[in-house]
Amino acid sequence: MFWNLPYVAVVLLTVIGLATILLKRNLIKIFFGVGILTSAVNLFIIALGYREGGIAPIYTYAASENMVMATPQALTLTSIVIGVATTALMLSFAVIIYKTYGTVNVDEIRELKE
Amino acid sequence: MIPGFIATNAPALLIAVPLLGAFLSPVIGIISRDARALWVLAIITLTAIIGYFVAFLVYTEGTVLYVFGAAETALTVPPDSGGIPIRIIFAIDAMSALMVIIAVTVGFAVILYSLSSDSRRSGLEAYYTIFLLMIGAVLGMVSTGDLFNFFVFLEISSLASAGLVAYKVERGLAVEAGLKYLLVSTIGGIFFLFAIGILYGQYNALNIAMLAEVIQWTPLDKLALVLIIAALAAKCGAVPMHFWTPDAYSMAPSAVTAMLVVASQASLYGLFRICFTLYGMTLSYVTIGWVIIILGLLSMIVGVTMAIPQKDIKRLMAYHAVSQTGYMLLGVGVGLAVLGDQALLSSYGTTAMEGGIFHIFNHAMYKGLLFLTAGAIIYQVGTSDLNRMGGLGHKMKWTMIFFIIGALAIAGIPPFNGFASKFLIYESVFAFSPILSIIAMVVSILTLASFVKVFHSVFMGPPLPEHENVKEAPHTMLIGMTILAALVIISGIFPEFFIQNLIAPAANALIDQAGYIATVLGGA
Amino acid sequence: MALPTVLSSGYGLWDPILWVIAFIIGIVIAWMLWKSGVSSYKKGSEQGRPYLSGNAEPAKGEVHIRASNLYWGFTEGIKGYYQRVVPLHTGIATDYLLWIFWVTGILLIIVMVV
Repeated sequence: MFWNLPYVAVVLLTVIGLATILLKRNLIKIFFGVGILTSAVNLFIIALGYREGGIAPIYTYAASENMVMATPQALTLTSIVIGVATTALMLSFAVIIYKTYGTVNVDEIRELKE
Repeated sequence: MIPGFIATNAPALLIAVPLLGAFLSPVIGIISRDARALWVLAIITLTAIIGYFVAFLVYTEGTVLYVFGAAETALTVPPDSGGIPIRIIFAIDAMSALMVIIAVTVGFAVILYSLSSDSRRSGLEAYYTIFLLMIGAVLGMVSTGDLFNFFVFLEISSLASAGLVAYKVERGLAVEAGLKYLLVSTIGGIFFLFAIGILYGQYNALNIAMLAEVIQWTPLDKLALVLIIAALAAKCGAVPMHFWTPDAYSMAPSAVTAMLVVASQASLYGLFRICFTLYGMTLSYVTIGWVIIILGLLSMIVGVTMAIPQKDIKRLMAYHAVSQTGYMLLGVGVGLAVLGDQALLSSYGTTAMEGGIFHIFNHAMYKGLLFLTAGAIIYQVGTSDLNRMGGLGHKMKWTMIFFIIGALAIAGIPPFNGFASKFLIYESVFAFSPILSIIAMVVSILTLASFVKVFHSVFMGPPLPEHENVKEAPHTMLIGMTILAALVIISGIFPEFFIQNLIAPAANALIDQAGYIATVLGGA
Repeated sequence: MALPTVLSSGYGLWDPILWVIAFIIGIVIAWMLWKSGVSSYKKGSEQGRPYLSGNAEPAKGEVHIRASNLYWGFTEGIKGYYQRVVPLHTGIATDYLLWIFWVTGILLIIVMVV
């Protein structure tokens, strides 16, 4: 079914994201995985926001009972902003780790253990 | 005494004041370092006053509601919205009020402490901004009545905490700890957001009370609950998702570590809030209760056994934080496991929950105190390696006394507060399952054993030649520790006062799901 | 008679005041023992030497028992446990995430089946 396509994409993105996080050893690629996973969640929420026959809440004279609440869109925007902040912080950590440890291989970033 | 508009808007000010203070502190810092220190101190004092005021309102007049952007602050369901609470709602009941009290008390003590302990560092303009941001985020997490709002504050506290953990850099070690913490928190946040999406897709609501009214126990709800439990249990450091805890707690500046304990407990609060208030009777409480009990048991055992051979003082204490979190999970998990059985609940379930919740309060106080003493030792000695310490009791008498108070409290030695909550947990859990109670006692003994090790290797023995120049910690650090130590002693000597006035209302607020829904949606 | 300090668990009672009194009595006894020591002790004289045999006193730093020597027997006694648990704390960030995924999966099975 066509309307299931977004959810299929969500599952695919989730699997790709998890696989990237668990299989890749490069920190930057792991951050990619986190980003893909965030996108999967964002797509999931925005897909939930679609209501058949609903009207976007931007028209002044539309029938008010058919208007769709813009909550999922608001959630997604917030989540994207949070994702950007997280990615920026993670990348800046990676920069410092590369400068001090000389590597971005996650297997070698284990000075703290046990 | 307090102007009316401040009283009505107090819940909003609770997060507005630290956030405003956070972003103005670099501006004030342009004037001078002292001006910034005074500003930060003024902001945290004001936040603490507002926090105590809100908690006072909650305990005297019942749940405080605050609806952002509404004509009236208590108008949760607007008349033209069709019965849906569309605005962001702060719903501060007795449990939230307890967490607010914990957060502002520890926040005040650690800010006071960090004014001198971190004054030697560079980059302070960002440090206080992030610190106040973190305190504001913790306050937001515990006061909100909206799932998505909880997620936003969770992420703010994760980002701020990760930044603070990495703040010292320490040849990259602290950054490594911050990165691990951030990765775990981000994955936790993604899980939580997925769960929010699932719940919103089914019930078209984000408000906890609204969801609690209509929620069922469909497979999708089960998936959402599992994702939330995994995310928040990872954030509060339950075994086997505790691996970030020792890394982050040991590398953060000590004042931050004490606040990180509170941030972890705010996640624990979220876990309890969602299990009890959002799902309540609909979830299969025996299964989920046992899941939480087993997480708690693993945390207690693995935490304490990993703590014993540690060589770094803060890493050792961090493993104890994991182990103590286990007690809270055990106490509240027992309460959840008997939630449906009114007879068992009133015979020992409520007591177990009171024990678990009292332990949250106590843990924040004595663990904060212990991390602050560890910070004072590291500040004066310049190392956190236990093997290179010794004989410090001759020079740092006050720090030693505070350490003894904290160590006896965490080991559950009367008359300190750790014993009071553990006593409630032992007695009530024994009625539930004797073996759990025995394990809890053994873990307590091992805790005492490992703190005897720390006490001996840090304070006992002859004064070592390499620590000749060590002095007592500065006064502001001692004042911060005194506040927490006084609370440890007072709540240890008058436990019944705390139980009746703070803890029992909090436990009842968690159990009474119908009351929460009625209060929040009552205006409909 | 219920004192304001008595803590009741539903099964037993506990009164911290009794413990405070016991603490005070203990401190008084300790103080009395300390007072009954030799008052004519001369500081800095030979009386302060730890050995009467005439052996040289070792340096202060060597007398102190360091932290890693404590509880050696305990960790040795349950070596089998430590050999299993300690290596789990690998310090690799993706392992931390893998544990979260494992726990989620196991919880999902438990919750769905029961």
